[in-house]
Amino acid sequence: MTRFDYAPAPESRAVVTIADSYGLFVGGDFVPASGPSFPTVNPATEEVLAEIGQASAADVDRAVAAARTAYEGVWGRLSGAERGKYLFRIARILQERAREFAVLETLDNGKPITESRDVDVPLAAAHFFYHAGWADKLGYAGLGGSPAEPPRPVGVVGQVIPWNFPLLMLAWKIAPALACGNTVVLKPAETTPLTALLFAQVCQEADLPPGVVNIVTGAGPTGQALVEHPGVDKLAFTGSTEVGKLIARSVAGTRKRATLELGGKAANIVFEDAAIDQAVEGIVRGIFFNQGHVCCAGSRLLVQESIHDEVVHRLKRRLATIRVGDPMDKNTDLGAINSATQLARVREMTAVGQAEGAERWSPACTLPDRGFWFAPTVFTGVSQAHRIAQEEIFGPVLSVLTFRTPAEAVAKANNTPYGLSAGVWTEKGSRILWMADQLRAGVVWANTFNQFDPTSPFGGLKESGYGREGGRHGLGPYLTTGATR
Amino acid sequence: MARDLLGVSRLSDPVLRRWLHGLPGVDQVGAEARVAGLGTRSIKTTAKAFAIDLAISMIDLTTLEGADTPGKVRSLCAKALVPDPTDPTTPRPAAVCVYGDLAATARKALGDSLIHVAAVATAFPSGRASMPVKLADTRDAVEGGADEIDMVIDRGAFLAGRYLQVFDEIVAVKAACARPDGTAAHLKVILETGELATYDAVRRASYLAMLAGADFIKTSTGKIAPAATLPVTLVMLEAVRDWRELTGTQIGVKPAGGIRTTKDAMKYLVMVNEIAGPDWLTPDWFRFGASGLLGDLLLQRQKLATGAYSGPDYVTID
Repeated sequence: MTRFDYAPAPESRAVVTIADSYGLFVGGDFVPASGPSFPTVNPATEEVLAEIGQASAADVDRAVAAARTAYEGVWGRLSGAERGKYLFRIARILQERAREFAVLETLDNGKPITESRDVDVPLAAAHFFYHAGWADKLGYAGLGGSPAEPPRPVGVVGQVIPWNFPLLMLAWKIAPALACGNTVVLKPAETTPLTALLFAQVCQEADLPPGVVNIVTGAGPTGQALVEHPGVDKLAFTGSTEVGKLIARSVAGTRKRATLELGGKAANIVFEDAAIDQAVEGIVRGIFFNQGHVCCAGSRLLVQESIHDEVVHRLKRRLATIRVGDPMDKNTDLGAINSATQLARVREMTAVGQAEGAERWSPACTLPDRGFWFAPTVFTGVSQAHRIAQEEIFGPVLSVLTFRTPAEAVAKANNTPYGLSAGVWTEKGSRILWMADQLRAGVVWANTFNQFDPTSPFGGLKESGYGREGGRHGLGPYLTTGATR
Repeated sequence: MARDLLGVSRLSDPVLRRWLHGLPGVDQVGAEARVAGLGTRSIKTTAKAFAIDLAISMIDLTTLEGADTPGKVRSLCAKALVPDPTDPTTPRPAAVCVYGDLAATARKALGDSLIHVAAVATAFPSGRASMPVKLADTRDAVEGGADEIDMVIDRGAFLAGRYLQVFDEIVAVKAACARPDGTAAHLKVILETGELATYDAVRRASYLAMLAGADFIKTSTGKIAPAATLPVTLVMLEAVRDWRELTGTQIGVKPAGGIRTTKDAMKYLVMVNEIAGPDWLTPDWFRFGASGLLGDLLLQRQKLATGAYSGPDYVTID
């Protein structure tokens, strides 16, 4: 050996046991689905991991009924302190079984083990800890009611989550719902159901009353059945803007409430006085974290004209060190694209970018033969009119644009139907404050990107959705105030 | 060369100030996050074996105590010549680092081996002496056979903004490193980053030292806490990487003090590999200033070779 080549450092998958097939989790028990089963595959190898039951409308009906029974019989009547105990217990079990969850998430999703180990699973546990603390303090949250008579739960909540952070999105949904006294029926994404089903085991282990959490697996029709079910009081959805619009149409004119956390095309704005090495890291974290499968990804780099060449040079030099490959290897930075469908979408959009005349670049890297893979890709010479500057690609693809003045940066950043997140890189504090005031995005990161914390509300403006998750603000959608109940 | 690079006919404090303060800032949170990220690299099996041998070959085996004696230095040299008596394939460290008055002792003990003698000079570690004294200190060490001189900058002058003074002192010490035969001892410039306090100051001090002709930039004397840290070394590695792109000249980096375990050393090597690049992964361009590190590297080396920990009694203590 004459070079410092990192030897393979694979995480062991012995810590997880994957069954051949899985049913649904309804009323505290695993029950068979009445629909046909479908496979869930490891996107890094295309190996079939398990057969998953497809919940029919009848199955969804049973799950909603179980949630209603649990809500009216137990959970809705339980004191906040008692609910908090269950949530603390779930949080601790998530920590105890963290490795198991991390390995299973990486196998089913394709994300690098370092990310599932260091980001997804610890944050999921943190969401349960955080909301466990709120459960007996809802009367102090300033969301109606009083300490003596805290605001009431909404009832039965239907939740539909995406495949990019399967366990973490589950935690974002279930933890606040349960803390506020609601019961849930949750549908994980069809390509990544395994950690939700493992979470169902955690609910059993924590002795959570049957029916408080129900998991129904399946694809679009299962989600549709849940969304349209008349027994659901509130819907919470994270996913594409396209599906979000369908859900909003479906609930219009019904008594259901909805919160939607949808797509984004975030601007990551780098000023000429930025700390450049750290800004480059922020660009990398912004778009290549989780293979770019992040709704708030910094997919549009807006860089001040005077430092464009230097930033692009440094970015390319940095990307040459990105390690693409086996997600189970502890030294992998960029894992597999989640599905063949998503890979096709990324390929289509990058072909569009080339056809539109943007200059395409990727570092030299060898991709595995099997599985769904896409090299990190940078487009320079992109303008606002290009589709790759307008449409969400949801992959490891960065579009680079330039600006000259702060006002132009703001105009370009806001020139999108989306409004989920933005990043600002400058050493000038006053400019950060001014930009944060001008940018129409739910989250603005200053000199950092893709930082998440359960105490911080997250959500979009414009077509990126409505409602907030996390923080005090995230409790509101799961509560009815004294005045309105 | 410095004047050309800065595009001025004469160097002055304002000129140097404009240049140094025009460098991009370092975001503390971001720099430390980058270090933490690289710290999760998992170095196993063949990569670990390679890195252990590389780390051993990069050590400046150091003794810098008031109580040092010729006997202690000879004993350290013996250790450098035969790091592990049970395994002759063990590489030797790059240099033995001593006070100037013991350079000749070290030179004699190391004989015609390729191990360098490094000597600290310029009123190490404080640097508080007049220029003639600092230069005499340097010449004395070079005459004693030092291959490398580790000088300290005047941190007081640097922090007060007297950049030209710091620059001139480095240039003068560099001149004093010259030998009569036309060759010169290599100059390592110690920034004493523990006293510079901010990463912005570390970056500026690195550029100032490189501009003045340093062959190596070194973090610390080891006499101030904190000594070498990973984020400080990150900033210095970025500086030498960017300096080579700017000028074509490659400069070495030496973290010193506080690096005691194989695990620490692995983290530094990963950083060198991914920040400065593989070109720096040789003893010519990267060194560890350390005394205790060698023992732990030898233990880990034996463990890799035999599959079992031998225990500290199987590593000689010099």
